[in-house]
Amino acid sequence: MSDDLIAVFQEELAELLESLERGLVDLQESPEDAGLINQVFRDLHTVKGSGAMFGFTELAAFIHDFETAFEKVRAGAVPVTPELVRLGLAARDQIPGLVNGDADPDGDRVAILNALRDLTSGRGVEIADIEEEIEAEFVTSNSPATLRFKLSEDALALGARPDILLSELKDLGATQIIADLSDIPALDDLNADQCYVAWQMQLPAGVSEGDVEDVFMFADAEWTLTASEVNEVIERDEIDDLLSDAPALDTPTPQQQAPSEKAPAASEPAASIRVPAARLDALMDSVGELVTVEARLTELARHSRDPALLSTAEEVTRLAARLRDATMTMRMVPMRTLVSRFRRLILGLSSDLGKPVEFVVDGEDTELDKTVIEKLADPLVHILRNAIDHGMEDPAARAQTNKDQVGRIELSATHVGGEVHIVVRDDGRGMSADKIRAKAIERGLITAEAQLTAGQVFALVLEPGFSTAETITELSGRGVGMDVVRRTIDGLRGVIEIDSKLGQGTTVTLRLPLTLAIIDGLLIEIADERYTLPMSSVKEIFELPLDKRIASRNGDYLDIRGQFVPFVRLRHLFDCEGEPPTEQNVVVVESGDARMGVVVDRIIGTNQTVIKQVSKLQQGARAISGATILGDGTVSLIVDVAQLLAMSGPLIEPKKEVAA
Amino acid sequence: MTLAASHKIVVTFSIGPQRLAIPATDLREIIDPLPTTRVPGAGDFAPWVVNVRGAVLPLGDLRLPLGINDPNPAERPEDARRFLVLEAVIGGEPTTVAVMADIVHEVATIPSTSIEPLPATSMWPSEFVEGLFKGPEGEFVLIPDLSAIFSAMAQRAAVA
Repeated sequence: MSDDLIAVFQEELAELLESLERGLVDLQESPEDAGLINQVFRDLHTVKGSGAMFGFTELAAFIHDFETAFEKVRAGAVPVTPELVRLGLAARDQIPGLVNGDADPDGDRVAILNALRDLTSGRGVEIADIEEEIEAEFVTSNSPATLRFKLSEDALALGARPDILLSELKDLGATQIIADLSDIPALDDLNADQCYVAWQMQLPAGVSEGDVEDVFMFADAEWTLTASEVNEVIERDEIDDLLSDAPALDTPTPQQQAPSEKAPAASEPAASIRVPAARLDALMDSVGELVTVEARLTELARHSRDPALLSTAEEVTRLAARLRDATMTMRMVPMRTLVSRFRRLILGLSSDLGKPVEFVVDGEDTELDKTVIEKLADPLVHILRNAIDHGMEDPAARAQTNKDQVGRIELSATHVGGEVHIVVRDDGRGMSADKIRAKAIERGLITAEAQLTAGQVFALVLEPGFSTAETITELSGRGVGMDVVRRTIDGLRGVIEIDSKLGQGTTVTLRLPLTLAIIDGLLIEIADERYTLPMSSVKEIFELPLDKRIASRNGDYLDIRGQFVPFVRLRHLFDCEGEPPTEQNVVVVESGDARMGVVVDRIIGTNQTVIKQVSKLQQGARAISGATILGDGTVSLIVDVAQLLAMSGPLIEPKKEVAA
Repeated sequence: MTLAASHKIVVTFSIGPQRLAIPATDLREIIDPLPTTRVPGAGDFAPWVVNVRGAVLPLGDLRLPLGINDPNPAERPEDARRFLVLEAVIGGEPTTVAVMADIVHEVATIPSTSIEPLPATSMWPSEFVEGLFKGPEGEFVLIPDLSAIFSAMAQRAAVA
């Protein structure tokens, strides 16, 4: 077995497992949904089939039993219960281990299968009926039938054994087995790895389509089963006629349409193709380089003043922008891919903690760059876990406050301008701004005099060291790991906002950029070095008042329309040599609720910024989030505004009123 | 490292008065010097970045880790300077790094037996040197341990 094929199987398996998980979790909510049951069954069946095809016999055997249990569910004999879903999920979790060939020292697998069997065969008497029912569903005819089959071109190469198939069919009672040799080509054209022989045979009454399906489970073959007259003797040339009519083999006979689960899969048009993520990354890199070259071309054209060159450069600019947008769209992945994991998490926590919770998801189709999605999983898990673990009261406490016993956690994702807002809202006990404030003062995070907005107070729970073991109950755990969440979101150039009302619940909003690959940048210059500020964080630009040219001992503040705004001199921060020019500019940047001025020598202009990561060797660099290549081929560093705000001065500079 | 093999193909170059050799397999390319961009606060090992055909690479200076002192930097001809683009494994991850060289000499095949470990008492930092051999003019040619040097850089960067 080649590694390529194994990789394809692994990839397919991951998708099937995800679909299976989603199906099971959704079943919990709508246990009557026949479509969902069928989907679960179909997923199991596919995993079993391809697992066996790729030689994972243990996996196939395990799923076979798993599938048998669900067959009864599908037949409507066993209701979907939370226990069944729980066992189903547990069984699903065993599958990766089975594929990896992990041992099962504790006998978990057997225990799960036994539990499933007990659960699904709880009512012994009915089971017999059910099995009959299942049989009945599969039986195509009560009269004898004619089976024709031919192996697909590469079936032999994949390990199919016609002799075994034939002997299994004989065990089913097949008679009058005739080999059709008409397709065998001349010796020169013969491919030794291909089976050219087709077979036709008579099967006795009572053999169901399901039985035949079992025989061909692990072999890639085309087969048809048609009802035939009991004693009909089939003439040799008649068979030839039938067999030469090759397309007819593909057309399902009316009987074959009976198992409805096959239908949707077959009719799905190939509207999308699968592309390895690495190729998309490579494409994005190339587009990034194109944008860089395009910038250089535009610069050259401007210098040359050649109208033909100028119009060509303009054309290239337009095309590059279109190509960039198309590539970025390709990298977009819907939130849905994350949500099933969250449903599972909530389901588990809800039953573990004894806090019934309704999980409502809105905007599953909202799309984000795949890198953002990947990095978002852990922070969201953290926020959701906090919401149910610490935010949600237990049913008794909820009853006392006249709340619905079942809590509610909402997850929504929406596009707002160039950002995606992901909101997690719970209707739990909420947080007390006063208590957080008191605690932050106690921890020395803010001074007792600090004037903070409500948003700034709640943002304190994101500070490292805010939460420790002995937190006040209301906040317990709220800060554990929240600094990690913030770091991840910062890394994605996003912002976290927290709002909470005591007794009514907490809302956490993540504001994220649509893409990580290309941003609009503001190019600035200090001491002949060029840096890029992300345009999304730039609020305004003005000239530095002359009296602020020299750094003041009392801290540097600007009076912007009645508000004190602190500012930092980039020349100082980046250890630039030489004297600043007489005329300098201030760029006011904002991240979350905090804002500050950044003093630069000169503003050069805006540009399309293709973000390149800075190597690990240089991660000690100050307030730098990445690098970009300018039109002339030199590298410009991208200033990390969030880090700049964090490292300059005290934690949060409140927007003090001048009059205060 | 394939020091066990009978011969080793190396590229020799000089930084200041010191001749160095790196395995040819670690070298991706030799390029003319490019405009550099200073990275504030990145430390002395890799204080710049350069754009090598669309990739932003850290530009390292081996002077500091190897303790090379150049008393007469003005004597090095400007047009002989090159950047060596190297592939190294840092913390298990393959990484591409550029380093500066004052002059690149040649590709040489040297018998593995001629490579000696660093003498116990030497002026070079033993943690960053894999070994040395005698060059054609009788001088010592150092084989730096690039992975060790770059890993140390990354660690310095992380604590900075």
